[in-house]
Amino acid sequence: MTSSETLHSLVQSGRVHRRLYTDPAIFEVEMERVFGRAWIYVGHESQVRKPGDYVRTFIGRKPVVLVRDAEGKIRVIHNQCAHRGSLVVANDKGNTDEFQCCYHGWTYHLDGRLKAVPLQHGYPRDFDPNNPKTAMVSAGRVKSYRGFVFASEATDGPSLEEFLGHMTTSFDDMIDRAPDGEIEVAGGTFKHAYEANWKLYLENLCDAAHPLFTHRSSIDAAQQQSDAVYSDGSGEIAIRQMRQNGAPYSFWESQVGIWTYPNGHSYLGDYHDDAKLVAALKDPVFRDYIAAMEVKKGKAETRRVLEVRRWNSNIYPNLSFMSQFQQLRVVHPVAVDRTVVATYNFRLKGAPEQIFRNTISFANTVNGTGSLVLTDDLEIYNRIGMGLSSEGAEWIEIGRGLQSDAPDAHGGRQGKNSTSEVYIRNMFDAWLRYMADGRAAMRAVS
Amino acid sequence: MARKPKRPPRSAAIRARRPIARRPRSTPPPVGGLDLHRCEQFLIHEARLLDEGKFDEWLALFAPDAWYWVPSEPDQPDPHETVSLIYDDRRLLETRVRRLASPRMYSQEPRSRTSRIVGNVTIEANDRNACTVRSKFVMIEYRREQQRIFAGTALHRLVRSHGRVMIAWKRVDLVNCDAPLDGITIPF
Repeated sequence: MTSSETLHSLVQSGRVHRRLYTDPAIFEVEMERVFGRAWIYVGHESQVRKPGDYVRTFIGRKPVVLVRDAEGKIRVIHNQCAHRGSLVVANDKGNTDEFQCCYHGWTYHLDGRLKAVPLQHGYPRDFDPNNPKTAMVSAGRVKSYRGFVFASEATDGPSLEEFLGHMTTSFDDMIDRAPDGEIEVAGGTFKHAYEANWKLYLENLCDAAHPLFTHRSSIDAAQQQSDAVYSDGSGEIAIRQMRQNGAPYSFWESQVGIWTYPNGHSYLGDYHDDAKLVAALKDPVFRDYIAAMEVKKGKAETRRVLEVRRWNSNIYPNLSFMSQFQQLRVVHPVAVDRTVVATYNFRLKGAPEQIFRNTISFANTVNGTGSLVLTDDLEIYNRIGMGLSSEGAEWIEIGRGLQSDAPDAHGGRQGKNSTSEVYIRNMFDAWLRYMADGRAAMRAVS
Repeated sequence: MARKPKRPPRSAAIRARRPIARRPRSTPPPVGGLDLHRCEQFLIHEARLLDEGKFDEWLALFAPDAWYWVPSEPDQPDPHETVSLIYDDRRLLETRVRRLASPRMYSQEPRSRTSRIVGNVTIEANDRNACTVRSKFVMIEYRREQQRIFAGTALHRLVRSHGRVMIAWKRVDLVNCDAPLDGITIPF
């Protein structure tokens, strides 16, 4: 069913089998081999600023806790009591001195080690509270890249920097845009859910060929909107963004690129030419921001930073972020046909307050559960979930641009232009390596 | 173009969080003609317009500089510092309503049907020609073989203008505002 040969037969040149999106057995293997081996984004260090700060999140489906321990070290521990298995941490976030299970009172240090057990005399004579088996178990490896925290359940394998490769430059781009050189998670979160496979999400975020169709209703409504009507500034950002989604195919094919890198990562070039949305275009809105940047970084460096033009950067398998408006989205697979996505925003430290307000307005526009844009993306995911169940076409076509993929200067592959599906092919190359390579496959072959 | 709002939205949140029990009233004075009965009738009328899909008529209830807000967090103090499920100034609200009429709004193909109950109406603040009304609502949304329930608290700032009652702002706090949700397309 999920043998290496079978998996290889399901991923072919320019197409993949529909089972990859619908088969619960394949999903189970993905949780073990993809989410169990890759570096998985679990949060940002600014979410756990002080010792004892914690947030709940997931590695694949596994509930874990991202916590800063008493020594200030970032930890990722499994959210399970070593006694009878209860979830220990129930609040989404908070600050605490210790974690305590509500069932029999087993108490843990912030790094997951067992601290105290009521009625300890009653346990077997060889019961040892210092045995790692009595801890809230740590993730295999935990590592940050400039504040972005990843965990891998594999105790060996590529380092985080090897895993990220050239994509570290996208993280650098986000941080470089802060005049003070520091960013922090701020402004709340959205959680949206759809009834279809987790892979569809990243497959849509670098898809330049869909906005003109999928987002037609919001493009039309925004294009017909009078700018004379009152806006406090937030609606203006939203409407301008929706209009930009109406860029013609000729623009996507001539002005915008797509780049992909090993391990399934990719980024889409920026497609914006609205001076209120692109700092490099020097609209008065950005004057104070650019001034703050130049004070801290100098004119030349400011120009260099603002001329980096990337839209979404995808880190396979569970992260997508975007430096221009400081957005970040985390994919949480729930079941083969259910996915939850959590989205976050960053504040650029040292930037004028208006920049963060624009970030919030932008988040509402593209990530909001009630947004005029995202609602049609969610509809697409749901429809793919329903459409695949018809068992019509057996293969999913991902061959667009296949003939014109070309090597790029940093060890990756780039599409001829942004409408290429090269980034989906690139994700499935990584998928196949995680799923079917000999060592990784040993445990789950059936 | 963008202007400063006359009333910073923060004030709405402060009112929203203030306990209502401190201002008990059995019979609200009909100041400016906006007594409890008139307010209830207005909210029922608004709910009916939304249930019947008369979104243009619903939009016409809003003042020219109105805003409409569905926070993403309980007790969210501000729409500019924290994301919102919906935060529409008047310009974006017009765009939202225009899109609802589009045959290419795929997230409304097929259309939702909704049914809502409005109740527990109280007047929170009553000035000369305006009042803030608090109400509870339950909205059932049916679409494509699935039924969803939304419930929460609405705050309306109602103003009398040229003999008409209009919405200066509206805030809707869903009980599940921070839950993972599929798309929200029909306004509350």
